[in-house]
Amino acid sequence: MNNSIAKEKIISLRKKRSLEDMRFKYYGFTAMCLSLAVLVFLLYTIFSKGYTAFQKTIVLLEVDYNQEVLKLTPDSSDEDMEKGKFFRVKKQAIENFFPDLSKSDIKLVKKLFSINVDKEIKDYFLDNPEVINTKQQIWVTAHSDVDQLLKGNSRRDVPEDRRKLNDIQLSYVDQLVEENRVKQVFNNFFFTKADSRHPEIAGVVGSFMGSLFTLFTVFILSFPIAIGASVYLEEFAPKNRITELIEVNISNLAAVPSIVFGLLGLGVLLNVFGLPRSTPLVGGSVLALMTLPTIIIACRASLKAVPPSIKEGALAVGATKTQAVFHHVVPLALPGTLTGTIIGLAQALGETAPLIMIGMIAFIPNIPTGLTEPSAALPVQIYLWVESAERGFQEKSAAAIMVILIFLFMMNAIAVFLRNRFERKW
Amino acid sequence: MFFWSLVLIAVGIFSSFIYGRSRIKLNSKKQGTKSKSLPNYYAQYVLMWCLFPALIVYFSWAIFQEQIIQNIVISNFEFIEGAVYNEGLLLAEIRNVANNPSFADGKSIEIINAASHYSSLRQISQISFYTSIIIIMLLGALYASQKLKPEFHAQHTIEKYIQYILIFCSSVAIFTTIGIVFSLIFESLRFFAEVSIFEFLFSTEWYPFIPIREGQTAAEGSFGAVPIFAGTFLVMVVAMCVAVPLGLLTAIYLAEYASQRVRKIVKPLLEILAGIPTIVYGFFAFVSVAPFVKAFGQSIGIDASPTSALAAGMVMGVMIIPFISSLSDDVINSVPQSLREASLGIGANKAETIKKVILPAALPGIVGAFLLAISRAIGETMIVVVAAGTAPNLTGNPFENVTTVTVQIVVALIGDQEFDNPRTLSAFALGLVLFVITLLLNIIALQIVKRYRERYE
Repeated sequence: MNNSIAKEKIISLRKKRSLEDMRFKYYGFTAMCLSLAVLVFLLYTIFSKGYTAFQKTIVLLEVDYNQEVLKLTPDSSDEDMEKGKFFRVKKQAIENFFPDLSKSDIKLVKKLFSINVDKEIKDYFLDNPEVINTKQQIWVTAHSDVDQLLKGNSRRDVPEDRRKLNDIQLSYVDQLVEENRVKQVFNNFFFTKADSRHPEIAGVVGSFMGSLFTLFTVFILSFPIAIGASVYLEEFAPKNRITELIEVNISNLAAVPSIVFGLLGLGVLLNVFGLPRSTPLVGGSVLALMTLPTIIIACRASLKAVPPSIKEGALAVGATKTQAVFHHVVPLALPGTLTGTIIGLAQALGETAPLIMIGMIAFIPNIPTGLTEPSAALPVQIYLWVESAERGFQEKSAAAIMVILIFLFMMNAIAVFLRNRFERKW
Repeated sequence: MFFWSLVLIAVGIFSSFIYGRSRIKLNSKKQGTKSKSLPNYYAQYVLMWCLFPALIVYFSWAIFQEQIIQNIVISNFEFIEGAVYNEGLLLAEIRNVANNPSFADGKSIEIINAASHYSSLRQISQISFYTSIIIIMLLGALYASQKLKPEFHAQHTIEKYIQYILIFCSSVAIFTTIGIVFSLIFESLRFFAEVSIFEFLFSTEWYPFIPIREGQTAAEGSFGAVPIFAGTFLVMVVAMCVAVPLGLLTAIYLAEYASQRVRKIVKPLLEILAGIPTIVYGFFAFVSVAPFVKAFGQSIGIDASPTSALAAGMVMGVMIIPFISSLSDDVINSVPQSLREASLGIGANKAETIKKVILPAALPGIVGAFLLAISRAIGETMIVVVAAGTAPNLTGNPFENVTTVTVQIVVALIGDQEFDNPRTLSAFALGLVLFVITLLLNIIALQIVKRYRERYE
């Protein structure tokens, strides 16, 4: 009797305990799934906000290249052609865009077109000078407001005073859609132009090149220094206070917030040494100092992985220590150090705050061509576009994020490839 | 200019190498003795004596040229009496005119004169730069070539030099720390000369307004950083509330329950989460989470602002999850297997083993991981810049706008700055606070983790 009560108790307790066990397991499982779900949601958000940036809206415009309006003749020289009065042609084309436009309507229609239309009309003419005195149907870039409306990024149902396009302009756009005078094509500007105040012609190339130059500087500075430092600490350093100090220093430096490195760049590189502001040279130097600890730690790990027998073998046949290390250990560790460097570079590529500190946040509308030229960088460009009030920049920022993520993905793929292909297991 | 000088240096070291090699062969032939080291070491010796002096000249020129030229131009500038000049703007104007003559239209005669002075100085500097590089390389080669005798131990010397180079490389980290500490302290001292340190640390009013133009009487700025510290703390707490349970439970699941296959898939995915640039998280917070938080606040009757501590903190928490989970994973894995087996052996089930044996054993390491995560959260910049706002509110309400140390540093330094006002300098004082706190957290955490490791090794 007593026995069966005890048995029941034990059974119920065991049930409870195994239930508890299950529950705990599912807590862990749920936490893991939640973390991964956030990753998926993050990527989904970026893709869904950004994919529209790869398309732009163009409008069919009838342009009359009348020689009197242009103030050109069919046999004008190329130099004169450059100076043709294309803005007058454009003005005329917009006035005749819809039949019977009043003056105030023309102003409204004008706002449907990008600021770049002048240049497009001119470029079309310079490419085909024979079109003088003819009417041409040209596809020109629409204003970002039209673009956003047609992509469904800005809404029609908000009150008129909170919209970029008023009711009349909306009806124009609708008319264009009905008459098939507007369409969406691949946005080549995004991949050929630098930043701009106008979302429809803003591109990512300027900041991409800036990032490349910055990464180049980081690589040139940090790779040799990191190899030197890790070879010294791993192979030559005597076990004493100073070595210990250096090691503690490196591990602490790895945890210093990146913005503090920005302050270092501002306080020392810009203010004391007077290096040029906003340039990849300074940005790269700061990021090199920042990523150095990461790379050193990775390099040391790969040096450590080379078995001591290799070095001892070299020493045994009469090599000096320097020869043993530099002729045998370092070459064998090289793939590992390269992998570590690439991972460090990937970290540097995404870093934003230090670059803001040293002024790489300035508005740079042209593509940089050198290390000492002011330029933007990809992450800072994203920041600028996220912060921008213009709605059209939001999709651009998401698209730029896609570019940077692909870039990062490729760097990591190279690192993994190097590791798998060249790293030797002993 | 500096590119071509690099080419010049490259040509110099190449020819010095060739020269050193042939010279030592010649010398040893002349004396009829074999040289003590291989010819290549003598060549390297000459090369080093060419390269390093040249590099020193190169870098000192790169660093100081512009400043010296600017100082000379400014000191010779014909200032008009009574007019007020801003040195930075003036220099920019002179440089513009010098680099681009078409800007000269409409500029005053002093500026045009200064610009031509500037360009002539630049020319002089360039010519003397190239000459001094060539001279210094020749001198180096000359000095080295005197030592090219067969009885000279070139290899020993070279190996000594390599040691010096390696020591220099490893001390770069030390120089960096010294640079950080000095630049922060130096500028902070200038800040504390104008704002008392007690006001900065204990006052609750942060209105860093300063007169924009000279002579303008604006409200006196006040620099009490308490609201900023409070905001940083609030965002950090929210972040940890998200990251600690998720990160720790994920780590436990991966370390104790998950099959090898799941681990193999999930770990790289978490690494992706860790490798995403913080500005991307900022975008995510701004575009997705902040509107959601606002809507959620409204639905429960709290007036949430479009940027809030909650939005920034939540996303920051997500950012830290992989950090916590990978550190805790390591820590849990390094708990000796014998502890696990003993616990299971006396009949405890897995959950009990984890909760009553493994976690207590791993606790110091986990605490260390949390401290590192906190230091990460405090130093994080881009998420809060985009999603937390800039208003220094002293509040405990996570639906409100708050500001953090890093945000204020960015706000103070965006755009062109002059370093003569407390607004700009406040960034360095805040940076100093940030540096000290993260350093302390880091040192403590590393100590704890180290002790913990020693216990089980």
